[in-house]
Amino acid sequence: MYEILFKKVLNPVTKMMVVDAPDIAKVCKPGQFVMIRVDETGERFPLTIADFDREKGTITIVFQEVGKSTLLLGSLNKGDKILDFVGPLGKPSPTEKKYGTVVAIGGGCGSAIVFPVARAFKEAGNHLITINGAKSMDLLLYRDEMNRISDETFETTDDGTCGTHGFVTNVLADLIAEGRQIDLVFAVGPVPMMKFVAKTTEAKKIHTLVSLNSIMVDGTGMCGACRVNVGGQMKFACVDGPEFNGHEVDFDELMGRLHAYREQEAVSEKLWAEEHGGAE
Amino acid sequence: MAEKDGQAPTKKRERPPPTKKVPMPEQDPLVRAKNFQEVALGYTAEQAVEEAEKCLQCRNPKCISGCPVEVSIKEFVELVREKKFMEAALKIKETNSLPAVCGRVCPQETQCEAPCIYGIRNEAIAIGRLERFVSDYARAHGEPLPKLPKKNGKKIAVIGSGPAGLTCAGDLVKIGYDVTIFEAFHKPGGVLIYGIPEFRLPKDIVMAEVEYLEKLGVEIKYNYVVGKIRTVLDLMNEDDYDAVFLGTGAGAPNFMRIPGMNLVTVFSANEFLTRVNLMKAYEFPKYDTPVRIGNRVAVIGGGNVAMDAARTSLRLGAAEVNIVYRRSRDELPARLEEVHHAEEEGVNFRLLTNPTEVIGNERGEVIGMQCIRMELGEPDDSGRRRPVPIEGSEFIIDVDTVIVAIGNSPNPIIPQTTPGLEVSRWGTIVIDEESGMSSLPGVFAGGDIVTGAATVISAMGAGKRAARGIHKYLGGE
Ligand SMILES: Cc1cc2nc3c(=O)[nH]c(=O)nc-3n(C[C@H](O)[C@H](O)[C@H](O)COP(=O)(O)OP(=O)(O)OC[C@H]3O[C@@H](n4cnc5c(N)ncnc54)[C@H](O)[C@@H]3O)c2cc1C
Ligand SMILES: Cc1cc2nc3c(=O)[nH]c(=O)nc-3n(C[C@H](O)[C@H](O)[C@H](O)COP(=O)(O)OP(=O)(O)OC[C@H]3O[C@@H](n4cnc5c(N)ncnc54)[C@H](O)[C@@H]3O)c2cc1C
Ligand code: SF4
Ligand code: SF4
Ligand code: FES
Repeated sequence: MYEILFKKVLNPVTKMMVVDAPDIAKVCKPGQFVMIRVDETGERFPLTIADFDREKGTITIVFQEVGKSTLLLGSLNKGDKILDFVGPLGKPSPTEKKYGTVVAIGGGCGSAIVFPVARAFKEAGNHLITINGAKSMDLLLYRDEMNRISDETFETTDDGTCGTHGFVTNVLADLIAEGRQIDLVFAVGPVPMMKFVAKTTEAKKIHTLVSLNSIMVDGTGMCGACRVNVGGQMKFACVDGPEFNGHEVDFDELMGRLHAYREQEAVSEKLWAEEHGGAE
Repeated sequence: MAEKDGQAPTKKRERPPPTKKVPMPEQDPLVRAKNFQEVALGYTAEQAVEEAEKCLQCRNPKCISGCPVEVSIKEFVELVREKKFMEAALKIKETNSLPAVCGRVCPQETQCEAPCIYGIRNEAIAIGRLERFVSDYARAHGEPLPKLPKKNGKKIAVIGSGPAGLTCAGDLVKIGYDVTIFEAFHKPGGVLIYGIPEFRLPKDIVMAEVEYLEKLGVEIKYNYVVGKIRTVLDLMNEDDYDAVFLGTGAGAPNFMRIPGMNLVTVFSANEFLTRVNLMKAYEFPKYDTPVRIGNRVAVIGGGNVAMDAARTSLRLGAAEVNIVYRRSRDELPARLEEVHHAEEEGVNFRLLTNPTEVIGNERGEVIGMQCIRMELGEPDDSGRRRPVPIEGSEFIIDVDTVIVAIGNSPNPIIPQTTPGLEVSRWGTIVIDEESGMSSLPGVFAGGDIVTGAATVISAMGAGKRAARGIHKYLGGE
């Protein structure tokens, strides 16, 4: 059992939790994830390690409530326990290397996930540009944190309530058009966002890494549910990734596969709403 | 198979006709194809004694040579004849930590029952069914624990709680070692829990066998992916384990190299069975894990895994389930009993058929599978006749779900994170056959991670050999 030591509501749909998991905190690296099963009847699902504290033995997770499992997790409070918490899984981000200028892009909940990776890029001596995007200002996450670690920060909102009116890719395209030297683009967010980031950098062949969020069951390479098509080859996101070269990923196939259980997910969510009087 | 000579008219000394095994009571096929309860119901005490009485109690019994964990078959069968069921159970447990499992899933026809002397003229003694009866009896009546020797103060780490790991752990704890099992999942048993379905091996039975080991003092740490959270070398060098046994199985699913493998309604058998068995998706939405089950299902493959996926699909409500296998019925690698059960329940067998493409619609859902007919050509290296495609014989079967059950490869996490560990080109760990030790001193391995996907009982045999090897390595006799 893994105790929740701290909980914070970051915005109406996003929560942050600090979980007691010393063995994982001791060894995890930016870019890795954990598999969670909240209770005995729960499903296993992946969440990125959004931060860690080796001394205190804690792991931070940030998640968006999009369905039954994330709603269930979000309903837990400080002092409650998570039944299963497995990790650290997946390959770490290649943050030990110095590339030069790195653009780290986070969309929606992806901003929180991109944060530890961006910080590691900065610590490795890279010039760090962050682009932080969301639908509107109240959904923008980690604004201060991003500011603190970045050499340059940009913010975008779909509705123009904060920063540039538009998408993260608008800012990225501008930077490229200005002729800025960019050595690596690292993007985490909704699949369409990552797809368009990869499209934006393709012409100039800027190395682009994306963190894929395919459906996972075990997270250890034993089921193949997470398989993605990268450069024409079948890869398992949980063990070969979750980060891949964005120019090689078949995003459309990934989007289709993410919808595999849409009907069942709707059933679960409806049941949750009935039992809990809608979202809390 | 029974010979027919008993019925043939003969002038020689009258011989009684060959006998058959006392039949196993089973759920009716039409009823069971709709539920997840166990198919075979088990012998009653009377049936068990009747079967045991036929055993010849051979002076030089051959049966035991067919059992990789050397169950004292003759002795336990004798105890069944005397109705000493509890003693019989203890006798089996001396060498087999998981008899209730083995009695259910061992391919007895190629193991202990194959060399049985009684079987030369008759159907062999039903050793598996007797083993099952005895261990079920003992479980129901409260098993006494054996006396354990004093702890010898040495610590062993066992990685993986499948049959190989459980056996190795059980044997070591019985001779005084402190044993900790590290398991990646939240439940013990490996394939016994996540792969083999409830209707063939009830999970309560696996849990009871594991609890017995825990009572003997084996500790199990769950959610612990060795190689990720701690490496094998950390366990040896920092955590002071005197030896490590790797029983991590062959869990990585293979897919075919044909178009359409990434379609939304194409699943590996591992995914499908894990959702249903480990995560209890058959009780969705009470359990949160969903499973998609089509109306018309094709299962590619002919082994136990394929049979389990096919029969599970039927139970989840598929209208039509097809096993698609490229060789003929004689080559099906599954246990005979499972093939037979699958046929009874209404699974279609499309033999000498090989998929060439899975066809999808714009949403990525399967709408059909193109196959080609095969014929058997010359024997290949394995001695089996090689299936060759018949040119121009392609046709399409109308399915909406495809389950791929063409075998598993070893999971690479441990080899990748254990420098110096020698692996073959198939990714299996190379060991010394006799001791079970790998290329790293003190690190042993056995089961599917060494042999590639095999059987429960061979994995257990390997766990047993490695336990002996570990004991010797650490100075035991
Ligand atoms: C490596 C990885 C890291 C992730 N990190 C984060 C994170 O840090 N924060 C965050 O908010 N989300 C993260 N996700 C996504 C998160 O796992 C899903 O949002 C969550 O599983 C949804 O479950 P649900 O029951 O709440 O919603 P559901 O209603 O079940 O599903 C909503 C959508 O989530 C996706 N999903 C459903 N089940 C799974 C599953 N078992 N595995 C993966 N995706 C699934 C599907 O696209 C589905 O349509 C990550 C995904 C991956 C693969
Ligand atoms: C669906 C199916 C049906 C089968 N039916 C039969 C049958 O009827 N009869 C028969 O004899 N055989 C059958 N088999 C084969 C048999 O189950 C296997 O050969 C046997 O289970 C192998 O045992 P094992 O201990 O080597 O590995 P497994 O049973 O695979 O167990 C390995 C364990 O190690 C864990 N693990 C893996 N990596 C790590 C890690 N890095 N850290 C920690 N833990 C880890 C896994 O989670 C798992 O629990 C079947 C197999 C399947 C898949
Ligand atoms: S363990 Fe398996 S092979 Fe050995 S006697 Fe029992 S059923 Fe036969
Ligand atoms: S070989 Fe067959 S008949 Fe002989 S002791 Fe063994 S089980 Fe009995
Ligand atoms: S989640 Fe099962 S193989 Fe990746």
